[in-house]
Amino acid sequence: MNELPQQLVNGLLLGSMYGLVAIGYTMVYGIVQLINFAHGEIFMVGGFGALTVYLYVLPDGTSLWVALPLMLIGGIIVAILVAVGAERFAYRPLRTAPRLAPLITAIGLSLALQQAVWAWYPDARSAITFPQIDGGPFEIGSVTIQTGDIFLLVAAPISMAILAYFVMKTRTGRGMQATAQDPDTAKLMGINTDRIIVVAFALGAAFAAVGAVAYGLKYGEVQFRMGFILGLKAFTAAVLGGIGNIYGAMLGGLVLGVAEALSTAYISDIPGMDQFGSQSWANVWAFVLLILVLLFRPQGLLGERVADRA
Amino acid sequence: MRQRSLIAITAALAAGALTLTACGSRDGDGGSDSSGGGTTVVIGVDAPLTGDLSALGLGIKNSVDLAVKTANKEKFVEGVTFKIEALDDQAQPSSGQQNATKLVANKDVLGVVGPLNSNIAESMQKVFDDANLVEVSPANTNPALTQGPDWQTKKERPYKSYFRTATTDAIQGPFAAQYVYNDAKKKKVFVIDDKKTYGAGLAATFSAEFKKLGGQVVGTEHIDPETKDFSAVATKVKSSGADVVYYGGEYPQAGPLSKQIKAAGANIPLVGGDGIYSADFIKLAGATATGDLATSVGAPVEELPSAKEFVANYKAEGYKEAYEAYGGYSYDSAWAIIEAVKKVVDDNNGELPEDARAKVTEAMQGVSFDGVTGKVSFDEFGDATNKQLTVYSVENGAWKPAKSGTYEG
Repeated sequence: MNELPQQLVNGLLLGSMYGLVAIGYTMVYGIVQLINFAHGEIFMVGGFGALTVYLYVLPDGTSLWVALPLMLIGGIIVAILVAVGAERFAYRPLRTAPRLAPLITAIGLSLALQQAVWAWYPDARSAITFPQIDGGPFEIGSVTIQTGDIFLLVAAPISMAILAYFVMKTRTGRGMQATAQDPDTAKLMGINTDRIIVVAFALGAAFAAVGAVAYGLKYGEVQFRMGFILGLKAFTAAVLGGIGNIYGAMLGGLVLGVAEALSTAYISDIPGMDQFGSQSWANVWAFVLLILVLLFRPQGLLGERVADRA
Repeated sequence: MRQRSLIAITAALAAGALTLTACGSRDGDGGSDSSGGGTTVVIGVDAPLTGDLSALGLGIKNSVDLAVKTANKEKFVEGVTFKIEALDDQAQPSSGQQNATKLVANKDVLGVVGPLNSNIAESMQKVFDDANLVEVSPANTNPALTQGPDWQTKKERPYKSYFRTATTDAIQGPFAAQYVYNDAKKKKVFVIDDKKTYGAGLAATFSAEFKKLGGQVVGTEHIDPETKDFSAVATKVKSSGADVVYYGGEYPQAGPLSKQIKAAGANIPLVGGDGIYSADFIKLAGATATGDLATSVGAPVEELPSAKEFVANYKAEGYKEAYEAYGGYSYDSAWAIIEAVKKVVDDNNGELPEDARAKVTEAMQGVSFDGVTGKVSFDEFGDATNKQLTVYSVENGAWKPAKSGTYEG
């Protein structure tokens, strides 16, 4: 059986999730030049927010088709509240501080959020099962797509389209572009840059929450550490695609996901490479790819839009 | 170009963090303050009390706690009050070693139950041995821990203070292979492990016996235990044409792995060792886990007459968490330490001698009693003499015993 189409689909699905989270890294970086390492945890609290709606707000036995939109809204609200709170109380006071101060703050915030969920969310000390969409998988030719993946398949392109429209066509979106290019001049032109920064955090959080709901549906569980590795991968995706560039984030995510799937599937078939081909090496190959891309295109695949500000 | 160098730094940080993951140490409850009359003897516990494997770890802690409470209630050792000090190793060898150092430093600690993971035991053995402090693991199954790194050719016990009530992979892997080949009639296996001491060891002993029986290993794969996406692996399993999957590893990965393999369209059972024998495996694997198999050491705890009392007492104490796969073994491990302490105290006119730790380690070798899991005693390597194993299968969302037996070489 030719498993290539299936492996490509596996990689694209994983990559879409990376992409959804990577948008948050890239937007915040594009506007305030901050690598928000707590973004993986924003993703995690989004997942827990959605789960809370399902477990504690809705009555038992609610159909998932009814529950899903509400869970999505709940997850997005929780993620946005945490992200905006983090921006207001952790990052804004440090806006004029040296770059490393907010970076370390972000790492601290990431640990704090993990531990807060671990300590206070009921039963969060081990993985909690997430509601699942019923029904068998879909077969398209030799490719199997799980019901849990349908959400991701639909949500990722729609989210991207909404984001592109927002950034290109709306006043706030153009304000974001202007702030990214030059915050001081943007301020002089009457743009409320503080508000723009909050919007950037909130948008990133909303996409992370969509990604978290997709994660829950795909893997059937959420847990307090789920944002850590995924956040790092998403950050890698953002750098791969060109940090600061929202299309780059999505593309970087897809490339990274496909690279992981294909390296797991095919590297062990290359003669002499048997021991380097298993899934435990997928991270290594993903970073080899990142290094290669950065060697030949230091600005990332699509280039960073804000490179002129260095 | 300031941001670019910043990206370089953070990328390096990120890569480093990927391999390290979150560490840190958190103290468990318990304590070592001596109160009341007589002597206080502390039994240390080291297990993952938080994180992915906490279901198993908390079962260990509670069972040791039950043994200690029972001994105190029965006044099993006259003049001695037992306490537990439970430390969390978070399934990290570095935390395990720190905990070992901490337990050694507490002079009241005369024995330790734990750890859960074989690779953590490796980091603790020497610390305990240097202090002559006896360590009894309810769960470690790696043969090298008791029989030395060359156990296949030349058995040599590396640490005389290390004992275990669990059977080894050298027995468990082949036992599973025989069941899968002879009883379940599966001939083509896809072997997956997580590259940890426990998982890789188990997968290796399983594969060797399976091939010896005439079975075929149609593929091997090593997964990254930090991720949850095994779709690429699942696709490989499907296209390999295997009729069974053997997984050497633990339930936090085995659950999603089983689920994703079935979802990929390969409707074949996943077989694992005692590391997947947990109710959480079924929770994570979902409805398609039916038919998955696990081997676990000993006869089913619920079926042994000796275990009825344990199960009843455990319920009566009202512990929040289940005793899980290692509850009975943890109780027996703690009880073995209590028996050894009793012998030492009895031999010394009812008092603890100066070199209590060394004496307890010595006495451990001769311990023999009827425990929760059957007869408890240790051979010349510190391994349990009880070599019984049971295959369990998932039926209606619960583990049901399928076959019990002993593996003979």
